[in-house]
This record gives sequence, C-alpha cells and structure tokens, in this order.
Amino acid sequence: MLLTVQNIHKTYHTADGPFEVLRGIDLTLQAGETLALTGESGSGKSTLLHLIGGLDTPDQGQIFLQDRDIAALDDNGRAALRRGTVGVVFQQFNLIPSLRVAENIAFQARLADRHDAEWAATLAARMGLTEHLNKYPEQLSGGQQQRVAIARTLAPKPRLVLADEPTGNLDEATAAVVLDLMLELVSETGAGLLMVTHSDDLAGRMSRRLHLRAGQVA
Amino acid sequence: MTRATLQALLSHWWRNPLQLFTLLAGLALATALWSGVQAVNAEARASYDAAAATLGEGQYDRLVRRDGQPMAQETYINLRRAGWLVSPVVQGRLDGVRIVGIEPLTAPGGLGPVAPQEGADITAFLSGDGQLFANAETAQDLPDLSVIITPEAAPGTAVTDIGVAQRLLDKSGQIDSLIVLPNQPRGRDELAAIAPDLSLQPAQGGSDIGRLTDSFHLNLTAFGLLSFAVGIFIVNGAIGLAFEQRRPVVRTLRALGLPLRQLILLMGAELMIFALVAGVIGVALGYVIAAILLPDVAATLRGLYGADVSGTLQLRPSWWLSGLAIALGGTAIAAGSALYQMAKMPLLTAAQPRALAKAAGRRAVIQGIAAGLLLTVALVMMFIADGLIGGFTLLAALLIGAALALPLILDRFLAACSKAAKSVTAQWFWADTRQQLPGLSLALMALLLAMSANVGVSTMVSSFRLTFTDFLDQRLSSELYVRTEDEAQSAALVAFAQTRTDIILPIQNADTQIAGQPTEVYGARDHATYRDNWVFLQQSERPWDSTFGGDTVLINEQLSRRAGLNVGDEVVLQGRAFAIAGVYGDYGNPIGQAVIGEGVFGTLYPAIVPRNFGLRMDPALVSGFVADLEAVTGIPATQSVNQAGIKSISLAIFERTFTVTTALNILTLAVAGFAILMSLLTLATMRVTQLAPAWAMGMTRGQIGRLELLRAVMLAVLTAVVALPLGLALAWALLAVVNVAAFGWQLPMYLFPMDYARLGLFALLAAALAALWPSRRLARTPPADLLKVFSNER
Repeated sequence: MLLTVQNIHKTYHTADGPFEVLRGIDLTLQAGETLALTGESGSGKSTLLHLIGGLDTPDQGQIFLQDRDIAALDDNGRAALRRGTVGVVFQQFNLIPSLRVAENIAFQARLADRHDAEWAATLAARMGLTEHLNKYPEQLSGGQQQRVAIARTLAPKPRLVLADEPTGNLDEATAAVVLDLMLELVSETGAGLLMVTHSDDLAGRMSRRLHLRAGQVA
Repeated sequence: MTRATLQALLSHWWRNPLQLFTLLAGLALATALWSGVQAVNAEARASYDAAAATLGEGQYDRLVRRDGQPMAQETYINLRRAGWLVSPVVQGRLDGVRIVGIEPLTAPGGLGPVAPQEGADITAFLSGDGQLFANAETAQDLPDLSVIITPEAAPGTAVTDIGVAQRLLDKSGQIDSLIVLPNQPRGRDELAAIAPDLSLQPAQGGSDIGRLTDSFHLNLTAFGLLSFAVGIFIVNGAIGLAFEQRRPVVRTLRALGLPLRQLILLMGAELMIFALVAGVIGVALGYVIAAILLPDVAATLRGLYGADVSGTLQLRPSWWLSGLAIALGGTAIAAGSALYQMAKMPLLTAAQPRALAKAAGRRAVIQGIAAGLLLTVALVMMFIADGLIGGFTLLAALLIGAALALPLILDRFLAACSKAAKSVTAQWFWADTRQQLPGLSLALMALLLAMSANVGVSTMVSSFRLTFTDFLDQRLSSELYVRTEDEAQSAALVAFAQTRTDIILPIQNADTQIAGQPTEVYGARDHATYRDNWVFLQQSERPWDSTFGGDTVLINEQLSRRAGLNVGDEVVLQGRAFAIAGVYGDYGNPIGQAVIGEGVFGTLYPAIVPRNFGLRMDPALVSGFVADLEAVTGIPATQSVNQAGIKSISLAIFERTFTVTTALNILTLAVAGFAILMSLLTLATMRVTQLAPAWAMGMTRGQIGRLELLRAVMLAVLTAVVALPLGLALAWALLAVVNVAAFGWQLPMYLFPMDYARLGLFALLAAALAALWPSRRLARTPPADLLKVFSNER
C-alpha cells in the first residue's frame, strides 16, 4: 500500500475557540491509483492533504507512506519527504518569481538531487512550455503557470502527487487541458494521485472519490 | 540542494536590484558614519600618545626655574653630582615647528621615537649635524635639515639631540627643564640646597587636557553611536521588508522540501556576505568622511584645548576592523529578529497584506513597555545624573525611549484622525496610512533621532556661541594688546604708553595649584575695565573692592566646580589665605583661574614681570599708536594685536570648533532622509496590491501618487513635532549635565525658533524628495500591473 491514513484528528485554535477540522479520518491509496477528495468548504479536505504532504502534523492518528509513519517525523524528516517522495501542486501555483520557467521546473528535482535534464525537457514539451522556458512566471498566463507548477512537481518523479484544487484558478477549458496532462503524466510515472476538488466533473475522472463532511468521511 | 537554494535566494536580489541597493547602502552608510568617527578618534588619540611620549608630559616630574627662564647647564651638572637622576630638555620653535632636544643617554624610556632602548642609531643621532625625528607633515617644514621620518612622532614636533637643539634654537649652554626620573636614590641632597631657584612640577597624568580630550572623544563616539543607531534602524527596516517580501518564496521553498535549518543558515550566510561587502564599502566611505573631518577636528581640539592633532589620516587596523565588526554585528542584530520570526512562521499561513501590521500590533505592547521604562529612567536621571556616564545614560534612555514611543504616538494620532474623518477618501487615507506605519516606523524613528540630535546639538552650539560672544566682549575690552619679549621691552612700553593711553593694564600670571587643581593666578590692576565688564555667577558684596584691596580672590567656574569651592571659602596662595569673593564664567578655558589684586600679586610673585599688556585708549588712535610704538621703542607691530583682531581670531576658532558636529548633523539627517527613501521604495512594490482596489473603485493613479507624497510629508511633520521637544530635552541634558561633566562649566540655554523652523523645513524637503520617486512610480504604474492583482486573486 502506498498510503494508509488511520484515525486522523486535527483541531485548530481560533478566536472563537477550538475547531476540530478532522475527526477520525481513515483512507488508503495504492500506487497508480487516483483519488478525488471532495466536500464543502471547511470540511477538512485541504487540511487532510497538508497532513499527508508533511506540511502540518496531526494531533492524533497515523499516516503511513510506503510503510513509514510520517506523523512521527521531525521537521527535517518531513522536509526530506516533501523533497523526494511527495509532490504538491498548489492552487496558487507558488512558483519562485525570480527564477525562469526552466529553473522553476528543475527546482524541486535539484533540491531532491534527482535532476534529470532529459525528463525535465520532456515535461516542458508535454506541458507546452518549450517556448516559454526563458520567461519569468509573471510573463505567463495562469494556465501556463499551473502547468509549470505541475511539471515542477513531477520532475523528481514523486511516489505520491497531492493536488489542492490545481485548476481552481483556471477557466474550464484550460482546467480540462491541465488536468488531462496531469493525469497522463502521473499515470506514466506510476505515482498515486490525491486531488482536492470542488468539481464533480473532475472528481468523476478519478478512479475513486472520497467525500468529507464536517471532518469525517461521509 | 544548497546550490539550487542559493540560486533561488540570490535570484531575488538579481530581480530586485533596488532592494539589494537599499540594503547594501543602508548598511554601508551606517558603517561609514561609525568608522569615520572612530577613525578620527583613533587618529587624535594616537597624536596625543605621540605627544605625551615625545615630551614626557604627564609622565614625569620636572624641574624648572621659578621665574620660567632657562637654567644654566651647570645647574644640571650640579644636580647629577648630588645624586639626582635627571635628564635635560631644551624646547623652542623653529619655522613654526616645536624642536625638542633630549639627551638620549639619560632620557627615560618612552621619550619618543629615539629612545635608546629601541635600538636607535645613537652615533648618527649625536654626531655631525645631527638628526631630527618628525612625522612627514612636520618634516616638510624643515627642508634644510636632516629629518628622519617616523609616523609615531608628535604632530608639529621634531625631536633631536640636546646639542643640536641648542644650536638650532640659539640656546647654547641653556636648559629649559629637567625630567626627574622615577626611583631616585635615597639620601640625595635636598633640591633647595643645590638649586634653590628651581621648583618641582609634579607629573600631570590625568590632567585637564587628558580629561577634556577624552570627553571630546566621548562626545564624538556618542555621535558615532547615534549615527550607527540611525543606520541600524535603516538596516533593520531594509532587512525586515526584504524578508517580508520574500516570505511567500520562503514558504514555497519549505513546502518543496527545504529544511528550515538549512534555509536559515543560507539566508544568514547570504546576509553576512552582504554585510561584509557593505562593511568594506562603509569603511572606505568612513575613511573619506574622516579625511574630510580630521582637519576640522584638529582645529577644534587646538581651539578648545590647545591639544595638537595631526591633520592627516593613517589607515589603522583598529578602526577598520571595528568598522567591519560593527557592520557584521549590526546586520546580525537587524537580521536576528527577522530570521527568528521566519523560523517561527507557520508553513501554511497564507500571505496577508496586513501581516506587518499584525506583527507590529503584537510587538506594540512590548515596545510600549520598553519605551515607558526608558523614559522613566531618563526622567529620574534628569534629577540625579552626575558626571559623563550619568549624562550619557540620560541621553541614551531619552533618545531610545522616545524612538520606541514614536510609532505608538503616531498610531494613536492616526486612529483619532481616521475616526474624525468625514469623506470616504479621507477615511481611506488615514486608515491606509495607519496600515503603512509598521513598514515606515523604523525610518521614521531614524528621522526622529536625526532631527532631535540636530535640534539638541544646534541649540547647544548656538547657546555656546551667544554666551561666548558676550564673554569675548567682556573679557577683551582693551582696545590694544601688546606682548613684549623681555623686561626691557616691558619697561619701554610702559614708559611710552603712560601718557598716550587712558590706562595700562598689565596681564601677569603665575602657575600654581589650588585645592589640587592646576591654576593660573592673575594679578589685575584696579580699573573700571574689570568692574564694569566682568559677570559673576556667584559673588559677595562688592567683590572687586576687597580683591583689589588684596584681601580676597576671584575664581573661575571651572575651579569652583572641580575643587568644590564657593564664595566665602578660603584658598591658599604662597602660604597666604584668601577668601573667595566671586566666581566668574570663563568659557573655553580648560584649567582653573584665579584673580587677585596687582599689589598682592607683586608681593607673592615678585619675580614675575608682566609681558602682556592691555591698553585702553580711543579706538581711533590704535593704528597710529602701534606705528609710533615701533618707531620709538623698537617693539614690532607684530607684537601688537588690536581688540577687533583678537575677537575675530577667537570667533574664527570657535566657528571651526563645531564644524565637526555640524558635519555629523548634516550627515545623520541625510542618512535619515535616505532611510525614508529606501523604506518607501521597498514598500512601493508591495503597495500595488493595496492600491489597486482604490484605483479600481475610481481613484486616478495621479490622485493615488499625490496622496502617497502627502502621506510621507505628513508623517515627517508629525515626526518633527515629536522631535522638537525631544531635541530641546537633549540640549538641556548636553548643557546642564554633559557639558558640566566634560568641560567644567554650565551654559545658559537659549531657544532658536527660526533654526528649528529651518530644520523642520529641511526634514520636510528630505521626506518630500524621498517620497517623490516612489510616488511617481506608483502614479505611473501601468493599468496592466494593477489588473494583475485581481487576476492573481481570481
């Protein structure tokens, strides 16, 4: 099993008092499998994604990635996890504005010491970015920026790809193209994909769907 | 991983060169001010050390003739035979250079660059035409002599063998003084038995000159620190804003798997490299500042204290190393909190436009408590501060406390304005200004410090100038002053002037000690010149009557304060007791002074013949008198100085005296203006996202730009309003506490509203100029850039 999540709890402390955003979530994901995580705003989808990506830590429960409990890792361990094993595609792209497109694509792979120039060029070509490699992110459209972000995530060939509403900032037509490319490439690398989305259409294109309601699996 | 991270971090500066420039320039300017002042201090101190080493001043007791005349060589031989370990010294001036002749075989170690213990070539020193040792600057004034250049020689002084000095100065067979070596043999004959006409002058370690120059350097160092504090505020602001702008990138880097520790290490290393580069630039700039300031510092020290300082600068490792250390330390201080905040920053916090404001809000409480504590300390110190340390503690607490309080005061004011605003534009303006405050507060604090230092120091200097001008009018009341070369000339002058002047006022003095303080005692002739012009700080009834009558003494403020003497106390002169009848202001004089009547002075110091005279006469007759004096008595016109001449020389010295302070004031203000420019420029790029909604809702870009300019000017006005009372408090502390501790006299404080208004205008101009470029940039922001804000937020 690529990913096993067991009885995860997470509470945030807000001005109005504690707010339990996840209340005992369980899920599993196999290599090559795609899973859509759906639910209303505030249902805990993004929080769960962040916990699995090692961006945050659960209050209770365990998250096994390739049989390693990532909830028990320290800051360095979680950073290593994010560098090499897990790739995250953010809604806001989160590109580095001062680096060119080519450098952005290669960035995470270089951090993980897994830079493969040929694979990076392939990703750029498949994403339709070849002619934009020397541009800075601000010179690209939103759809192009998201394609750079996806290429960057896939460059180190992660075992698990996490996508937090990756097409939320794009129009319908662009979103469809970007999603097609992402699914295609994820499938080619044999990685698992966990995607948070509001869209029933997009969720329908995944092999499985998990709906969250008030911090629990509905 | 490290290479990729470094590339990402450094690319930020590559894409934002202006930010890099502001960061480097802020740090370089801060270092330049600090190291410039330190360079001047180091140079001046080295000059005193060289002077002290050359002349043995302050280190050894000396034997001199009571009447101040040279002694015969036999006296020296007699003393040596009687067991006294003494070494002869001849001094005099040749072409404006002070020639010091020593006897290298008996001179104590440490007497300048030719100490025999240091392996100097004694043979060459003693034989032939002899060698002189001097620094390069002095050597140029002695072109016809064999001068060995040594940078350690005191400025304006050449050291040589005593025989050579006697020949050059035409003092054959004469000795000016004898240095008394330590560890004299016991049982040697009494001085009175061998040379009754000699008196022993004790060593003057920790003398007035030392104290005064130390306090002057303390003053300069305080200014250097103040400038550096201004610089640190700038660096802090620049680094804080740079970190704020890179916050999203930092979050992305961490999200992509860069360990926090490595990120902090790399960012710290990056900053330290910048600090080193800026430090080197700053030290080089500091050298330029010091080179420009040093001639004026030398003039100041000569004018104030008569201490000789070289007018040229040497590259001393101590100050450039301290400059670099300060640059690195300053950056570490400034970057420390930014790095700490970054380390504590939650990885998932979304970018918030009000992040700075929120963070500042949390810090405001701590800042308010610190400001309150420091201002309380300042208030307490105002009543109990005594001495230099107390004075500077008061200054530091006052300045830092006020600087910390400034953002809180401005925030409260802006909140009140926001509440009172009627129109929607005004409401937005005040609220937006309040939101900008955290980003601008460090620059405004720097401006506050610079302006208050300006108000404080200019008030002190101008008060000093007013008091000093009045003082000159009182003390230089004779129309003509004549100096004579010898007793015969004095007699000839008196005979010639007797019928041609209203009165002859001999100026005669003897050196002595009163209550352990070195003091000059003057014998004054009974005349209205003194009675009418001198102003007393304390006096008994009719002080001049009893003083001219020979019963009482008048002392200056310095002696009164240092020896704790007041009217009614008694002092002893030559074994005779005198009651103090008055204490007078004696500004600019480093040592104690006492005045007694002419008659009693003649009785106590019979050997002293006056060599200086003040002559009262019709001012219109002065030039004719000088010409006739030369024709009849042979006293050259060069020995006569008319009152107007002395006043203009004194005032010229005085005007130069504070050139350094003025230069530092201007530099500090310029740096503060630069701080505002940098902050506004750095903020301008962040401002687009905040201003775009206002633009979208109907304000024109020109309107927004003008409001930005108005905002900067208004904040400068508010800062100036706080700076004025702070500056006046600073002036009071300088005049009433620091000045008394450093110089021994208290000055009355005058207010100069026009000067303050001019300074305020300069500050506004600086703020407006600083804001002009960023405002123009904002006013010209292409609509496409403004629209991007919304497209990114879609």
